[in-house]
Amino acid sequence: MSDMASMGGCSLDGAWIDAALTAARPQAVAALLRYFRDLDTAEEAFQDACLRALKAWPGNGPPRDPTAWLILVGRNAALDGVRKRSKSAPLPAEALISDLEDAETSLVERLDGDHYRDDVLRLLFICCHPDLTATQQVAVALRIVSGLNVRQIARAFLVGESAMEQRITRAKARIGAAGVPFGAPDAAERVTRLNAVAAMIYLIFNEGYSASGEAAATKGSLCDEAIRLARLLLRLFQGEPEVMGLTALLLLQHARAAARFDTEGAVVLLEDQDRSLWNRRMIDEGLALIDKAVRHRRPGPYLVQAAIAAEHDRAPRPEATNWARIDLLYGDLEQLAPSPVVTLNRAVAVAKVAGPGAALAMIEPLAAKLSGYFYFFGLRGGLLFQLGRREEARAAFDQAIALANTPAEATHIRLHLDRLERDGAAS
Amino acid sequence: MLYAILCYDAEDMVGSWTQAEDDAVMARLAEVEQALVRKGWLGPVARLLPTTSAVTLRKSRENLVIDGPFAETKEQLLGFYVIECEGLEAAIDVARRLATANASGGAFEVRPIGLFRPVAVQVGLSRAMKAALG
Repeated sequence: MSDMASMGGCSLDGAWIDAALTAARPQAVAALLRYFRDLDTAEEAFQDACLRALKAWPGNGPPRDPTAWLILVGRNAALDGVRKRSKSAPLPAEALISDLEDAETSLVERLDGDHYRDDVLRLLFICCHPDLTATQQVAVALRIVSGLNVRQIARAFLVGESAMEQRITRAKARIGAAGVPFGAPDAAERVTRLNAVAAMIYLIFNEGYSASGEAAATKGSLCDEAIRLARLLLRLFQGEPEVMGLTALLLLQHARAAARFDTEGAVVLLEDQDRSLWNRRMIDEGLALIDKAVRHRRPGPYLVQAAIAAEHDRAPRPEATNWARIDLLYGDLEQLAPSPVVTLNRAVAVAKVAGPGAALAMIEPLAAKLSGYFYFFGLRGGLLFQLGRREEARAAFDQAIALANTPAEATHIRLHLDRLERDGAAS
Repeated sequence: MLYAILCYDAEDMVGSWTQAEDDAVMARLAEVEQALVRKGWLGPVARLLPTTSAVTLRKSRENLVIDGPFAETKEQLLGFYVIECEGLEAAIDVARRLATANASGGAFEVRPIGLFRPVAVQVGLSRAMKAALG
């Protein structure tokens, strides 16, 4: 008995409850959305349930299934609210509340079943509605699925709180107007939703990954959040090689986070990174997922990108990197998802395998398409510099600085320019 | 007597811990482990990677490999192997050989290990542990 009490006291501190509520959120909000068919009602119901959990759990101990508890309590709380409101202004409750008897009898079974899987997929899917911009998709997903507050999201996007509040409100109105698809999706629709959701998770990750300097600290958590959502998706769709690929890709990239910036917040290139700072467990998990996905023999863009990231992560030293294999993988990616940016990345591998001349020839035709792209001029400058074409290199670096998105990017190119000046003065 | 202590918890919740929270839990566990090391009671310790990285070999005539962890409440965990090999294919191959040797039904879950400490200390191990280690 005393053991039980001490265990309860130890595990039920605030952090435990926070983690439980965070973990339960996507499932619980998704199920509440199915009952009430309205995003705001579902969110409020979940909030209510969380408040009650904070009161009840420290005293009573954790429920056996926190998610089921939150859904049941949230649903009852929202129904209560509907009843109270209906006294003053009678409402047709049936129109607001669907699936009621059904839910009462089989709540727990549903949590394990396909319904539940489709619930979470639906919730994620409505966040990436095609009418929303990429930023809106990410903001709405972070608000609704991850439960970040508006202030946290505003900080991540470096905008004011009221601006972000407006953006989210507008996005939610759009979603409401567009109508949420509540029917059970067929196989083809499920694949469509899965692809859209995977792309949205990738956007969230990129938002965190592309941050640098001071923003990196606040935005870095977006990478963790994206990984959490990718794992959630993978638990729901265990046999989907592209979801394995996506999760692996995020893990293998994020594993290098601690080595990507120096103490001043400047970018540290892959070849200069202290590889002992890489997160071994994330790398192992990413590699394990690639192993699994490869068995399906249906390579997709995420899996190939993950395989490229894996080649870097596998190399104990930069010189040990298998650039020939990376070149081949980028070749696969060009076939699967042709894009000038992919070719640009391939050129980096080509430069290592066949020299800067071959790489330069590969990227010259991209000039028109990538005329506004920082990395195009950064790479072009680097290749020209290696070829000893200094003046052209300088011009390319200048263009890169003009296109830099972050101070860290600009600083990095300035280092190249300084080197050019130094070498020029020495010769 | 040797005992295995198997760790169960809600994976999505453990996955929601921040790195600091995770580190704090591991540090608290390490304290307990250290005391066991001093007594010579501690054998191998492993932390498995998430269930999403698992595949399951269903023992049958074809020994079917399916994605995901083993989830069959009728069957119970009866034992485990720790093996070291090149990759998933080799691990599945080992599981296949084991399945052929014992084709009585059930399944093998093949799950990568994220953290592994073989044997914390060999001095002062119990007789059973020494015997087991040969």
